[in-house]
Amino acid sequence: MSKSSNNQIETKLLNVTIHSNPVLKDIDIQVPAKQLTAIIGPSGCGKTTLLKSFNRLLEIQDDVKIHGEIIVDGINIMSGGLNIPDIRKKMGLISQKPYPLPMSIFENVAYGLRIHHNINAKELAETVQHCLEEVGLWNEVKDRMHDPASRLSVGQQQRLCLARAIAVQPEVILCDEPTSALDPIAAQQIEKLLLKLKKDFTVILVTHTLRQAKRVADHVIFLYFGKVIEQGPAAEFFNNPKNPETKAYLAGEIS
Amino acid sequence: MNMPPRTIRGILKNKLVLVGILSLFLSFIFLFLFSNFFLFALFLIIFIILLVYNFIKVSRKLYDALGTRLMFFATVSVIFLFFLLLLILINGSINILSDQSLSELIFSSTWKPFSGKFGLFAVIVDTLIVTAISMVIAVPISLLSAIYIAEYAPKKFRNIVRPFIDVLAGVPSVVFGLCALLVFVPLVRDDIAPFFGSNISSGFSLFTASLILSIMVFPIIISLCLESFNSVPIALKEASLSLGATKWETVKKVIFRAAGPGVLAAIFLGFGRAFGETIAVSMVIGNQELIPKSLFGPGQTLASLIASNYTEVSSIPILASALIFVALILFVVVLIFNLLGYFVLQGASKRWKY
Amino acid sequence: MEVLNRRNLEEKIFLGLMLASVFIVMGSLILIVTVIVLNGAPSLSIEILTQTSEGGFYLGAGGGFLNAIVGSLLLALPATGLAFLVGIAIALYLQKDFLKPGIANFIRICLDILWGVPSVVYGVFCLTIMIAIGMTGGSLLFGIIALTLLEIPIITRSIDESIKMVPSGLKESAYSLGSSKFETAAKVVRRQAMPGIIAGVLLGFGRGIGDAASILLTVGDSNYFPSSISDQTAALPTMILNLVSMPDQVVQNKAYAVAFVLLMIVLLISIITRYLTKKSSKYIIK
Repeated sequence: MSKSSNNQIETKLLNVTIHSNPVLKDIDIQVPAKQLTAIIGPSGCGKTTLLKSFNRLLEIQDDVKIHGEIIVDGINIMSGGLNIPDIRKKMGLISQKPYPLPMSIFENVAYGLRIHHNINAKELAETVQHCLEEVGLWNEVKDRMHDPASRLSVGQQQRLCLARAIAVQPEVILCDEPTSALDPIAAQQIEKLLLKLKKDFTVILVTHTLRQAKRVADHVIFLYFGKVIEQGPAAEFFNNPKNPETKAYLAGEIS
Repeated sequence: MNMPPRTIRGILKNKLVLVGILSLFLSFIFLFLFSNFFLFALFLIIFIILLVYNFIKVSRKLYDALGTRLMFFATVSVIFLFFLLLLILINGSINILSDQSLSELIFSSTWKPFSGKFGLFAVIVDTLIVTAISMVIAVPISLLSAIYIAEYAPKKFRNIVRPFIDVLAGVPSVVFGLCALLVFVPLVRDDIAPFFGSNISSGFSLFTASLILSIMVFPIIISLCLESFNSVPIALKEASLSLGATKWETVKKVIFRAAGPGVLAAIFLGFGRAFGETIAVSMVIGNQELIPKSLFGPGQTLASLIASNYTEVSSIPILASALIFVALILFVVVLIFNLLGYFVLQGASKRWKY
Repeated sequence: MEVLNRRNLEEKIFLGLMLASVFIVMGSLILIVTVIVLNGAPSLSIEILTQTSEGGFYLGAGGGFLNAIVGSLLLALPATGLAFLVGIAIALYLQKDFLKPGIANFIRICLDILWGVPSVVYGVFCLTIMIAIGMTGGSLLFGIIALTLLEIPIITRSIDESIKMVPSGLKESAYSLGSSKFETAAKVVRRQAMPGIIAGVLLGFGRGIGDAASILLTVGDSNYFPSSISDQTAALPTMILNLVSMPDQVVQNKAYAVAFVLLMIVLLISIITRYLTKKSSKYIIK
């Protein structure tokens, strides 16, 4: 798979400190467009921090300092004066544990649509249905669209979160270990979905299971203690790692 | 060492405990229903002896049981207290309730104890008005403040505001009343009432009482709302924000729904506080048992009624019973609102599990 | 460039309202402190603090208010002590080692309700007993009883909350060392929760010193120190109430001075409590 010359996201010298602890150090990465990029590495090495810096979600916590450039589609989103909600709209986020909004299934998916568009009821219902179909949830919920979303199973909730995210037509989907709270069957469904979605969206997947990365990734970024050790197309990365730490991690010596 | 958790049945199986509680209960019955001071003292002494007996029954091995038994006694006494309070208030109200019909008490506006008239209607209406207005003022201000502190305030500002709220919560009601006397009474008399067309207000009015009540209620509502807002999982906020919502939209549509029951509970508790506040209100409300023609006229609330009239209790014996009845009303209303708040919170935690 | 659209505008408006609300709340406290300090401090002097009230034309008008200070202490200290003994016993018992959670929660609800009960109800409760016994006029004893009842829920729930914060892992490690349930509860838990417990006690004490409604009906008034538990006594809050209704300006100034002292006591308690809560969160092993 050739590396796309069009990088959706690039970072230059990204440094993040939380509560005076440096979490990300001098991060220079490139995320190719319309591919699935996996961010791998041991727990606690800053993968989630990196992910959440892409949509500037990191800043809602206390004591967070971010330096450096994050360039999305040619624009540095860290520069001042930008409308942050619009930046975030471009990215969808799926968390480890699915968090359906405290509303009905329908309203969950409709949430983003209502905020951003003056949309009439018919269009809204159609879009909601479409999104639910995309994630394979429509048949399971079409008879209970107005039930509280919390009544779904965990796997269904995660798919709902995906539907909710793609409803606002983002360009990038950020996934923070989306299958770690799911049983193997539900996890498989999500992985299949991500593979399908990467045709239309750029998917960035944080995972600490090497096997998952091997299954789905087109591109890999390896983070270790807040630094980028190696990054590149998946085939090259897994078959021909250049860095000793990468080799150690792939061999299971460090985890 | 492995003591199974106590169940009610297990507790009651202990005969001595049963006898002890029974004695305490009997002692109070003899005191109030029969005014028999001697038997009251007798059963009280029996209760104390049983308590001391438990003290004495000590051996190294039973040290554990002793400690537990003491704790148990204390706990039971407090629950007992709760029901005792209710019982004694009801008992004390019997006199006035047998003297006057309930409808006369509640629906008549004439409160002239010296003439044997104990109509509470005006006072009840005044209480509702004053409480309602103070809630109308306090709830929006408290809610907006709580949202700001929880979601918008930078950390440094938050650390400054929290102490303000805690200190405000600890200020005694006399001090509030005094401040109201010095500031709000002239304010209402000279500025606010004339602004609304009333030039004869003395400043001692329903509105003045509402003003100071709303300040007193701020801390309760704010701190309970804050607890509620802070317990909404961050990931939920992140989910909303990452869909491109603004912080305010997130607050409106997500946080409010998730924290809604907590906010409601806070309002109920604030209402209870405002309903029962005695001292500050009695200092500025004018102490007239009537329904004034305007908000800037004097009135009386149920709580301030007790404070204003208790001195006459020795000259008019049945007045005591009337005041006890008023206290009973206060107790029951606050009880209901506290329970409402509790059930609202319970029901909510079942619906949204995070 | 920032796009000022409708959504941002709505947010800005509400942000303005929120800030206004916060300033109203903070301003209320500033108002109260300023008013009391401005009116009370000038009338304060060493004499007034160390003398008891003398007769004068009105009861309590002349002299100082030492009798009120002593009276309040004689009321609040025993009440807080008793409430603490009861409170710590109950709070320890409420931990899940002793009771099924259902009962424990029921007890907590009862305590919360008792906390919310207006203090005047406790005053009426004691008044009822006083009438049944045939006592008129009030006494130190019943003031203490009323305050104890008032303080028990406050202290108990505060201690309960501090103990709840002790991680259960700590208790488990204590068990594995062979201590019995009660020993564990008493020693290990108490030490960890100590700052929170002290804060709770102070909270109760602050309430006991400042509350007027419960003692209004039960302690009467006096120009002297109470010499026995059945004597009437002055107290800081009731003295304020009595003096402020007098038409004489000098007498009213005395009321402001008393309020100043009361406010300072409460502020001091708040500061100490704050410090303690910070300290307890430092030592809690997470």
